[in-house]
Amino acid sequence: MSGTLIAEQLLNGLQFGLMLFLIAAGLTLVFGILDILNVAHGSLYMAGAYVAAQTMQVTGSFVAAVLVAAVVTGLVGLVLELVLVRKLVVRDHLAQVLGTFAVILIANDVVKMIWGPAPMMMNMPAGLSGPVQLSPDFLYPAYRLLIIAVGLAVALGLYLFVTRTRAGVLVRAGASNRQMATLMGVRVPLLFLGVFVLGAVLAALAGALLGPITAIQAGMGEQILILVLVCIVIGGIGSMRGAFVGALLVGFVDTAGRAFLPTLLKLFFSPAVASSVGPTLAAIAIYILMAVVLVFRPAGLFPARG
Amino acid sequence: MTKHLSSTWLPLGCLLLLALFPLIAPVLDLGFYVSFVRRVLIYALAASSLNFILGYGGMVALGHAAFFGAGAYVVAILSAQGYSQAIVVWPLAMLVAGALALLIGAISLRTRGVYFIMITLAFAQMVFYLFISLRQYGGEDGINLSAPSTLPGLSLASDTQFYYLVLVIVALCLWLMHCMVNARFGRALQGIRENETRMQALGYPVLRIKLVAFVFAGALAGLAGALLANHNLFVSPSLMHWTASANLIIMVIVGGIGLRFGGVVGAAVMLLLEEFLRLYTDYWHLPLGVLLLVIVLFAPRGLAGMFFRRSV
Repeated sequence: MSGTLIAEQLLNGLQFGLMLFLIAAGLTLVFGILDILNVAHGSLYMAGAYVAAQTMQVTGSFVAAVLVAAVVTGLVGLVLELVLVRKLVVRDHLAQVLGTFAVILIANDVVKMIWGPAPMMMNMPAGLSGPVQLSPDFLYPAYRLLIIAVGLAVALGLYLFVTRTRAGVLVRAGASNRQMATLMGVRVPLLFLGVFVLGAVLAALAGALLGPITAIQAGMGEQILILVLVCIVIGGIGSMRGAFVGALLVGFVDTAGRAFLPTLLKLFFSPAVASSVGPTLAAIAIYILMAVVLVFRPAGLFPARG
Repeated sequence: MTKHLSSTWLPLGCLLLLALFPLIAPVLDLGFYVSFVRRVLIYALAASSLNFILGYGGMVALGHAAFFGAGAYVVAILSAQGYSQAIVVWPLAMLVAGALALLIGAISLRTRGVYFIMITLAFAQMVFYLFISLRQYGGEDGINLSAPSTLPGLSLASDTQFYYLVLVIVALCLWLMHCMVNARFGRALQGIRENETRMQALGYPVLRIKLVAFVFAGALAGLAGALLANHNLFVSPSLMHWTASANLIIMVIVGGIGLRFGGVVGAAVMLLLEEFLRLYTDYWHLPLGVLLLVIVLFAPRGLAGMFFRRSV
């Protein structure tokens, strides 16, 4: 197992973790402030990916694809908040899960109606399709480096937004005590709307960025949603810092598990056992991580509320 | 009084209709639907077992399909090994599903609210990936059963005989759950749903009661899984995908959460709708989603809530 292989897997883990964070940030904000468990958040990610792929096909510009995806998905989020989420705020978690699950059912069929049941491909921006030489014997895909850079920039931007701006103060106030914030004169409906749309835009950004390296198809939202839920549960639902730590943890554990566990097990067990147990263990590693965290810290690593 | 009468006679009438159905169906040219109704009955059992913990215990478990699937896999795996006596295999399916529920419940029930939803989901996903990795039993593609389970004096290969067996088992299980709900245990469980702290203060072993209910429901879901394995003669990990768990919850909600026949009504309505919509369009999820939205927003007590009184 060489150093470059480990470095490559670390970068892959970072890239995956940052994309999970983009989706998790919106989900955890929506949960922290609206107190809604929105399982349709994955559908916003899917919408972002489809719109980006379509725009890329029409215009050929990657920047345009990302921007259009963000705007269109933001509008979808706006409508979703006004029509449905607003009504679910006063209901229990069960009703929220089911109401937003209904959105998943609808969204999957709508994208199939528009784009057909076959997976859609999205081209990489032409200039970034090759590898970059990071050290004499270490090549890494340029596009994945771009994802890492954008992911880090957005994470930093979100941090500055939440800690340094007036809107960020309102967001934090709403998250820590909604009722108190209302009494202090925060316009809560507007805050809810803003947070939900921000979450949608972030999810769309992740969808657009991951578009060229995943198969864009109906159902992609549910797959990633489960991973994202694991991230925010590990971090503590409602906590931005928790979402960041949780997403990176899940990104690294999942990537490292798939890359190294089968090899690692061969050191201790027979090859037959290692090759059958390894992939299983790698697939369930993050769920074990989550269960262990919840046994010791039932409200996650960074509980958002006291 | 009339209300009370309807809640006794309506179910008995339905049972009678179901018992007569295989005899009437060929006359009405509905023979194909005997097998369909059997599938509805099996899902009714699975959904009712979820209703037991969800509706009466207030536990929003988003991983119930794991027990359902585990029961199905016990039948499939033992059948591949050459064991197919229903008297041995089906109780074993319940035992395995119950043991799995004991393990998952013992850890999950320590958490509250959304965390409980999430951790049951996480465990179900673990079980899901575990069975995907069982390559000798088909992995992701699933596994066929060469023949249904055997029972002395009955042939499960016969559509009608298997139908009656399922009907008897499901009716017995529903009756058992009904008895439990109205026994001391069920009263305590509903008390916990309403106010856990108060029940704790009254001296009830809250965690143990919830765990027993969770294991009981898991075992019944395992039995439903064993029946489904025989019904389909095919088992695959998709049985326990998280959307399958969500579908069971939807059945309970559509039928009526915490109502005696909520699970049955929900399973019947959802499977009928699916069957019906598939005839007309490939996009049958969309109307289903719209219906679910309407029910969540406008009929929180579900469809059974309109016909049956709350059997508390």
